[in-house]
Amino acid sequence: MMPFTSVTGIAAPLIRDDINTDEITPIQIARTPKPDYTELLFMRARRRADGSPDPDFVFNRPQFLRPAILVTGRNFGCGSSRESAVWAMLAVGIRCIIAKSMADIYRENCLQNGVLPVELADAEAEALAARVVAADGAMPFTVDLVAQRISGPGGADIRFEIAAADRTRLLEGLDDIGLTLKHAAEIAAFEVRALEERPWQQTVVDSRR
Amino acid sequence: MLQTLFDKIWDSHLVARRADGRDLVYIDRHVLHELHGPHAFEKLAKTNRSVRRPDLTFSMQDHTIATAPGRDDSTNPDGTAFLRAMREGSRRHGIRIFDLGDPEQGISHVVAPELGMVLPGATHAVPDSHACTVGGLGALAFAVGTTELEHVLATQVLATRRPQRMRIRLDGTLGDHVGAKDVALRIIAEIGVAGARGHAVEYAGATVRAMAVESRLTLCNLAIEMGARSGFVAPDDTTFSWISGRPFASQGALWDRALAAWRRLESDPDAGFDQDIAIDCADLAPQVTWGTDPSQVIAVTGRVPDPEAAAPERRPSMRRALEYMGLSPGAPIAGLPVDRVFIGSCTNARLPDLMAAAAVVRGRRVAKGIVAMVVPGSTTVKRQAEAAGLDRVFGEAGFFWGESGCSMCAGGNGDRGKPGERCVSTTNRNFEHRQGADVRTHLVGPAMAAAAAVAGRIVDVRRLAEVA
Repeated sequence: MMPFTSVTGIAAPLIRDDINTDEITPIQIARTPKPDYTELLFMRARRRADGSPDPDFVFNRPQFLRPAILVTGRNFGCGSSRESAVWAMLAVGIRCIIAKSMADIYRENCLQNGVLPVELADAEAEALAARVVAADGAMPFTVDLVAQRISGPGGADIRFEIAAADRTRLLEGLDDIGLTLKHAAEIAAFEVRALEERPWQQTVVDSRR
Repeated sequence: MLQTLFDKIWDSHLVARRADGRDLVYIDRHVLHELHGPHAFEKLAKTNRSVRRPDLTFSMQDHTIATAPGRDDSTNPDGTAFLRAMREGSRRHGIRIFDLGDPEQGISHVVAPELGMVLPGATHAVPDSHACTVGGLGALAFAVGTTELEHVLATQVLATRRPQRMRIRLDGTLGDHVGAKDVALRIIAEIGVAGARGHAVEYAGATVRAMAVESRLTLCNLAIEMGARSGFVAPDDTTFSWISGRPFASQGALWDRALAAWRRLESDPDAGFDQDIAIDCADLAPQVTWGTDPSQVIAVTGRVPDPEAAAPERRPSMRRALEYMGLSPGAPIAGLPVDRVFIGSCTNARLPDLMAAAAVVRGRRVAKGIVAMVVPGSTTVKRQAEAAGLDRVFGEAGFFWGESGCSMCAGGNGDRGKPGERCVSTTNRNFEHRQGADVRTHLVGPAMAAAAAVAGRIVDVRRLAEVA
């Protein structure tokens, strides 16, 4: 996995609560297992009713075509578990999402892909959102995971919290399966024990075959 | 030490704690589907890893599969690549697939319980947010992303953090035509779409105890719609007799041994929960969503709420929802004309759901101009429904009777509404554009959906005789 230490770049504001993964990457438009994620990202919101691009939508505005940071509201990424909703962020260059809160599955999918999920208290998130809107893509923001700090125009640095384990994993870009396979012997031992104690869980038999 | 049922299941599946503080939780059953499976197979191939326990893993074709009679791989051209990649990957790894044409194909969350793959006290993972459905049998289910799916394939464990525990106690006897769907929507209205974020939810109380297994599956299905990591009901005799004899469930002496263990699957009487909520369901009316998330719901006897009367932080999303849905504050929800009715999905397409809908439809006809469809949750459900004559009831009334799959729930198979249509649906998400571009979705239970189809508008199914 791609390590994350810090990112400096344009911060795009999408200040709304409960943005769901159907909005981020609609599956009705994914015709192949490998669609163009850049095109898929917020595909509906980017267009007006007649199908033409909506020039006012944040990702259609010239200064936000290659953002590095997304700033949003509460419960971001709720709904379907689709990981394409994170891959599409990476496709346009977003490495960090700052929200008031994030849906559990989406947050996990971010961690799995080297995207830093930052959750801020309401007042801090709102203050940052105001600064990002004011900057309007003209000046960059920096999110530093080593120092756990957000800095940029319009105000003081903001410190953020993240679980130590998640921080380490992002900083080192650790391969999650590799980490788990260090416990391969324990997994095998568990299976032996479970087969003894709860054999109905360790075996599946189609009784008709 | 006192333990909740969640703690008991978690602890009995805890393999190790990783250096980074994550728990490795063993997964007893892993069910894949074709929308996300192919990616994971490809990543496994790239890293030269194999599937650790193909014998505990199953593949389903459900999200992109067409519902038209006589369907094949190319009936929905957008699904062809997914179906083929899933078939090929499953074969390569020795995973049993419930493919197109299999007499037991269907939506994973319907098939896994009905075949007895899911067991009380077991862990279950699916790369789908509605994995929580199978908690209705007392299993602890996890919805995973694609990378986690690959992780479970390679290791048979999930590396995750222990969630907090929430209990929702439901009391009161449900009235006529009020079911688990109405209860679930009511709970989401109370606690919000993120109200259970970070929690595993145990549903308890007399209302749940009185529910059939299928209703418990519906209740747990909607746990994700309030942000929960998982939702489950402690198993009881209702559960055990439902599972007994199902093809993949244990048989003979092993069954007796399992049953003895399952009887201990309950929260200790004084065990503590991080959150404990009680909801009285005695006076619950059939529910209808008016907005664009499942918390935006009212009784069918109610009126569309006014954003200006709501808490300030809720106003923007309410205004946006009203605009999308084409509704005005204060308007009664009953009487709203509809264009389309969909009865199906992992939420409400098991046999009792179809029977409840058919009971309303019998002897009536779909109102003029309404497109109405029924898509059974599995091919097994379809066969059972046909044996009971339900296909004729629906067919004679003017409903389309489809082959099983996710269909219009997410529209991934091409079944969608047309722009601007108002669709009454037994599914789980009324998000903008979910059922097609600019389609306006109202979530309801199966009897209410059937009533809307025959009345041509949203109607209180308890008073249907007065209008249709």
